[in-house]
Amino acid sequence: MGVLKIATAGSVDDGKSTLIGRLLYDTKSLPIDKLQAIKDSSERKGYDYLDLSLATDGLVAEREQGITIDVAHIYFSTPDRSYIIADAPGHIEYTRNMITGASTSQISIILIDARKGVVEQTFRHFYINHLLQTSDLIVAVNKMDLVDYKESAFAKAEQAFQQLLAKHQLPHRKVYFIPVSALKGDNVVHTSITMPWYHGPSILQVLSQVETAAPLVQSFLQVQNVIRPKTQKYHDYRGFAGRIKGDQLKVGDPVTVLPSLKKSVVEAIHFNGENFEAAPAGSSVSISLQDDLNVDRGDILIKTEASDSLLTKNITATLCWMDTQPLVDKKKMWLQYGTQRIMCRVEQLISKKSTDFQSDVTDIKQLHLNDIGQIKIKTSKPVPSISFNQSRDLGRFILIDPVSKNTSAVGFVEDHT
Amino acid sequence: MTLQRLNQIENVDFMDLKNFKPNLLEAEAIYIIREVVAQFEKPVLLFSGGKDSITLLHLAMKAFYPARIPFPLLHVDTGHNFPETITFRDQLVQQYDLELIVAHVQDNIDAGIVKEETGRYSSRNQLQTQTLLDAIEAHGFDACMGGARRDEEKARAKERIFSVRNDFGEWDEKNQRPELFDLLNGMIDMGQNVRCFPISNWTELDVWNYIRDEKIEIPSIYYAHQRSVFERDGLIWSDSPHVYRDDDEQVTTQWVRFRTVGDMSCTAAVASKATTIDTVINEISGSSISERGARIDDKRSEAAMETRKQQGYF
Repeated sequence: MGVLKIATAGSVDDGKSTLIGRLLYDTKSLPIDKLQAIKDSSERKGYDYLDLSLATDGLVAEREQGITIDVAHIYFSTPDRSYIIADAPGHIEYTRNMITGASTSQISIILIDARKGVVEQTFRHFYINHLLQTSDLIVAVNKMDLVDYKESAFAKAEQAFQQLLAKHQLPHRKVYFIPVSALKGDNVVHTSITMPWYHGPSILQVLSQVETAAPLVQSFLQVQNVIRPKTQKYHDYRGFAGRIKGDQLKVGDPVTVLPSLKKSVVEAIHFNGENFEAAPAGSSVSISLQDDLNVDRGDILIKTEASDSLLTKNITATLCWMDTQPLVDKKKMWLQYGTQRIMCRVEQLISKKSTDFQSDVTDIKQLHLNDIGQIKIKTSKPVPSISFNQSRDLGRFILIDPVSKNTSAVGFVEDHT
Repeated sequence: MTLQRLNQIENVDFMDLKNFKPNLLEAEAIYIIREVVAQFEKPVLLFSGGKDSITLLHLAMKAFYPARIPFPLLHVDTGHNFPETITFRDQLVQQYDLELIVAHVQDNIDAGIVKEETGRYSSRNQLQTQTLLDAIEAHGFDACMGGARRDEEKARAKERIFSVRNDFGEWDEKNQRPELFDLLNGMIDMGQNVRCFPISNWTELDVWNYIRDEKIEIPSIYYAHQRSVFERDGLIWSDSPHVYRDDDEQVTTQWVRFRTVGDMSCTAAVASKATTIDTVINEISGSSISERGARIDDKRSEAAMETRKQQGYF
């Protein structure tokens, strides 16, 4: 099975870093020198246990404050599979870093403190995963050792979470509820004997079996560079370099260029001096077309019988605002989808989520840091009229502040109504 | 105008087409390298002569084939390099007709801008940062590609793919830009530059397996050889004029190889008889010590890497 990318989420002090440290420790993934550094550091701080969170909190400020500020990427493998964990911060202030970690992951582990149950950050982290359409979730009810491993605490947290799931549904989503103690090692790698009432798998057992087949959608290649060697041997060669997304692309496939709507046929697929008949999604290749069309960086070569309805200048999107400068109406920003960057203007702030994510607040003037809201955007040039539901790759974008150059928001294009 | 067909130029047999089987790590790295070239005006590849930057160079050549790589290489030469690395570097540059810029730490020492460390653990590792930042400014580079990987070290595990540096070369680690999906934002102001890490998601073993599969040449010191060495603090140090050695530290000849290659004064060897790539890979797979366990420069403090990165280190 392929590499599995995992994100963690949960409120501050729910034990995310400890959980990852435990995963590494119990799979014997910590090298002797790193383990020794953790032992020394734990002793220096006077702890009577191994502070496994030290395995991941890589910044001085994190170790001083005992919290995670930014995403750390951790690599480990078992005989079955390789894993990359994005250890994301729990504090609301660092939600942007949590989204960063979750956006590239295929499965999320949401931690809940068994003593506290579902809290505001649980709503937030669940809702962000819902927006990202993460298809597999592990809800780990942690610190079971502090509630005497009682089933009632676990059942209460599960019940509250089930209500969230019922409210925000997603087809094909799989959710696993697991009672754990990251500190003591119950149900992280090894199944626990302290909770005989639980008969399910440990976290690692779930991870080792998750299938991550991406839904097959329309194939396309968005151009990154036009390769023009301009050497004696290759004086008139021109190749469109990019990564194939969706499904495979084959020689002979009809393609439409977006946004010009010109049509052609894939003539050849090259990589490093070799020609190929077909290349699957994920391949970084360079292709040439049968016709001599004007194709630039950011243009999309999509395998489809195109029509005008593929393009639009008006989109409605859900936005996660990640900038300390609030978003106001009529603000002009750069919109980047894939390798294309164009100007856009915010036409209308429609609504934002209430703090418990149960309802929408309308009549708003601004979106603030960590707000999730619905907006209307007008783009300066036509963009693909494809929602995030239709294509994970084409239905998402970032907004960049033209002054600070900061990545201010991530957006998900909604279905047309 | 009729476009040239690659198969006509290279006489590739069109009757024998096969399906492309991508290596997803390679595809991701090539995607990132292509983004760097598209988004920046003056990118450069930071080349140390180590296996990671050699792998990066190999990927860059594949990314733009049949065009030449559209950026130069920059090597910060501390003057304390392994001679094998320098010989290898120069051969590579000649073989592929690459543009190489060498910035010398010695120049800053001679000019009195930085001061050489002294004593038992002296090295020029810290002094490289100033030379690197000077070279970036002098040449106006706006993007520096490096072969750093997130699995190497805990501060590197926090690094974005595109990591913005201010005009002092500093990394604001507590305030990094969000980086969503594969959407890379390389927009910067004048004077800022971005460090780009195409093989962020590779592990040490991934690099070695790739070197084997692609038959990439690497400096001979990565394979076991006999070398004059001495032991200190449980590590094996090279005997060299660049490395401080006490009179009572005995030099012996041993079979060793290097798992990571920095300066002679900050890289320790490991005892090994692995003279081929397969035996090296076997050793690494079974090793219970981390790769940078042999980096003396990381052992200065728990935050050694983070502190250096804040100041503009690789």
